Amino acid sequence: MIRAISIRALYAIVLLIAVLVLNFSMLHLAPGDVADTIAQASGGADPEVMDQIRRDYGLDQPFLTQLGSYIVKVAKFDLGYSFFYNRPVTDLILERLPATLLLVISAQLLALIVGVVLGVISARNPNGLTSHFVTGLALFGYSAPVFWTGILLLIAFSLNLPIFPSSGMRDVTIEGGFFAHTVDVLHHLVLPVIALCSVYLALYSRLCRSSMLEVLGSDYVRTAKAKGLSEGQVVYKHALKNALSPVITLAGLQFSAVISGAVLVEAVFSWPGLGTLAFQSIIARDTPTILGILFFSAIVVVIGNLITDLVLRMIDPRVGGKA
Amino acid sequence: MKSLVKNLLLAAAATTMLVTSSIAEEAKRGGTLVAALGTNVRNLNPAVQSGIVTGFPGTQLFAAPLRYDDDWTPQPYLAESWNISDDGLKVTLNLVKNAKFHDGKPITSEDVAFSVDVIKANHPFKAMFAPVESVDTPDAHTAVLNLSKPHPALMLAMSSQLMAIIPKHVYGDGQDAKTHPRNTADVVGSGPFKLVEYKSGEHVIMERFDDYFIEGRPYLDKMVLKIIPDPAARTIAYENGEVQFGAFEVVPQNINRLKKASGLTVTPQGYGAIGPIDWLAINTTKGPLKDKRVRQAIAHSIDKNFVHKAIMRGTAANAATGIHPDSPFHTADVPEYELDLDKANALLDEAGFAKDGDGNRFDLTIDFGWKDVKPQVEYVKAALKKVGINVTVRASADFPTWAKRMGTMDFDMSWDTVFNWGDPVIGVHRTYLTSNIAKGVWSNTQGYSNARVDELLEMAGKETDPEKRKALYTEFQQIVADELPIYFMNTLPYHTVYSDKVGNPPLGIWATSSPMDKTYLK
Repeated sequence: MIRAISIRALYAIVLLIAVLVLNFSMLHLAPGDVADTIAQASGGADPEVMDQIRRDYGLDQPFLTQLGSYIVKVAKFDLGYSFFYNRPVTDLILERLPATLLLVISAQLLALIVGVVLGVISARNPNGLTSHFVTGLALFGYSAPVFWTGILLLIAFSLNLPIFPSSGMRDVTIEGGFFAHTVDVLHHLVLPVIALCSVYLALYSRLCRSSMLEVLGSDYVRTAKAKGLSEGQVVYKHALKNALSPVITLAGLQFSAVISGAVLVEAVFSWPGLGTLAFQSIIARDTPTILGILFFSAIVVVIGNLITDLVLRMIDPRVGGKA
Repeated sequence: MKSLVKNLLLAAAATTMLVTSSIAEEAKRGGTLVAALGTNVRNLNPAVQSGIVTGFPGTQLFAAPLRYDDDWTPQPYLAESWNISDDGLKVTLNLVKNAKFHDGKPITSEDVAFSVDVIKANHPFKAMFAPVESVDTPDAHTAVLNLSKPHPALMLAMSSQLMAIIPKHVYGDGQDAKTHPRNTADVVGSGPFKLVEYKSGEHVIMERFDDYFIEGRPYLDKMVLKIIPDPAARTIAYENGEVQFGAFEVVPQNINRLKKASGLTVTPQGYGAIGPIDWLAINTTKGPLKDKRVRQAIAHSIDKNFVHKAIMRGTAANAATGIHPDSPFHTADVPEYELDLDKANALLDEAGFAKDGDGNRFDLTIDFGWKDVKPQVEYVKAALKKVGINVTVRASADFPTWAKRMGTMDFDMSWDTVFNWGDPVIGVHRTYLTSNIAKGVWSNTQGYSNARVDELLEMAGKETDPEKRKALYTEFQQIVADELPIYFMNTLPYHTVYSDKVGNPPLGIWATSSPMDKTYLK
């Protein structure tokens, strides 16, 4: 187990270095730089000012010098300084992280729970109403873009039936203590979570349904039934445990979508998370921030895969016995 | 005669008092105004950061020597009076005596001199204070700006966000002003509101500064600027009342939708000084485009009416020159190019670009830097096809890619939006001066060079007589409209949206880049 983890950690470090070099080089290939976007945000800038910006931020240095100094910095756990926001990148990321985690984890958990329940119900009665509902839902979830779902939710539940706020994570005009603020955040959370959840839900319910159907048809389930076990015991204790492993693998992979999946939802609901920051930084060509976020997401993916692996080992003894 | 004038003046004064008192009766203290901000703010200090995004919170946090309402006449603000010497080389500002920074320290002429230094060193618009050679501070409340030449643009440059007075005792600590930590946190300003909290990507919260130097103001207790980047989400937030105010709304569909909403006012008033103009930029150094007749033919092939009605959906005004129609220096007396394909064909033939067997004359490219103007460039492509010009639309991956193409003049034609920024010296000259060719994005990227235009701009930049100045700019606008390095299309349809609960929204020439100390909630 420990050996397995350390081998993975080694791979991870190599991977992270590759991510760094690759991202840095790719960003460097694009024409133009942050001096242009700073000029854009200013409504124009004189050429001396733009040259000054390039000198100040070392953008006039040769490529390898820039790359070298960046890697040295990251090795010292310093993600650099954002030219665009005039703040250290680590601060920017940590400030935005909680909002994104709250959104993504809530949506993931909700999707996982509801998806598995719907999947199981529809698998037990593959031609029933619920089954058709799940298929329909999955089709909708796959095909409807989240920003569209988001706008629809906004029009329905924020404009026509104004029960949820349209944007942001909190209402700063609210007075009251911790409880009032928590309720306020949850209130703001509902619509974004539903929008983001719609994609995951489609994936999980569909996968759980087919995986469950397969397991329910297998020999050991028939054996369990023949032994005279109750339906519930067969389904939830024997079948579901096995049917879950592809769902968990998928959920682990989806974890990498912490940033990518949330971008659109965050944009529609003005959710102050990492996705919005990533998007804005790309638009602004704010290289240190983009690199920082990409690096950070790479770490999240590596950790997410590690956790998935461990969870799978726990529920399925066949996995990783030899490694 | 004299007494008649006097009487008229008295009557005018009485009317003004009546008007002001009726406003004063309505205006009431208190309340929190929730406003929308479409772009994340990156810096709250207008002395080092230009742009309309910083302008909104920046002018609430920092005061300038002068302010403007809607008629382009400078009004006293931090300077209670001012005086320009006869030769135009000395501008004396007499500061308000009781003005304080948010930390309680007095605002003195030292701070004015310091602010000028910081702005000169860091602000992207060098033209604003370039002629200011030094600032004398004979006493704590007098600042004298010494100029190398008369500089009428200074009046607008001393207002709004262009000359934020920042405290020397905070920003003069030796750290680089551009990256100073106090630009985003713990800001100490001189304006009507002080910073409570700034969260990048989320909000800027400001509260009333009780020691503000104008008695009884501001009216609002608090201002919350919510950052809502998505235009559709912002539209919904206006409609359901979550935000009561917002400016710089620019998407025609949303503007027209909001106009129909009850309880909201949507107006294009108040953007004259910011002066954003949409235009078709033409690279005058490339192939057939070198010929004025080709450029005029292009103008005759484009139906401005289509752009105004179909693409902008009636939200934008016509722009016939590079000076915003609201500006006192704008002239409507310039050649216009109505849709006339026969004339366009004739001009192209005359220029020696006859049609080949397939009806084609030559190929051109057209660029655009942001997705909102894609319909315009697609339309230009279709329109020019009719006169035998084959246009290829070149998209750019993002703004810097486009900016690079423009800055190095690697383009034939491009859609572009450029801001006037108050006085023509600040935002207009840069596009036409021979000395500013290809100096990066939003310089003279058309490669346009005309000795008379250079001369006119040079003279207008230092002409202190407003009438003579206007005449110089009129001639300049006529030459440019004839030679067409740029075909001016429309003003950018910036609109301000406010709910019926909001009194006195900022509708002067500077929109939200002006102090909102008079704004109140009903």
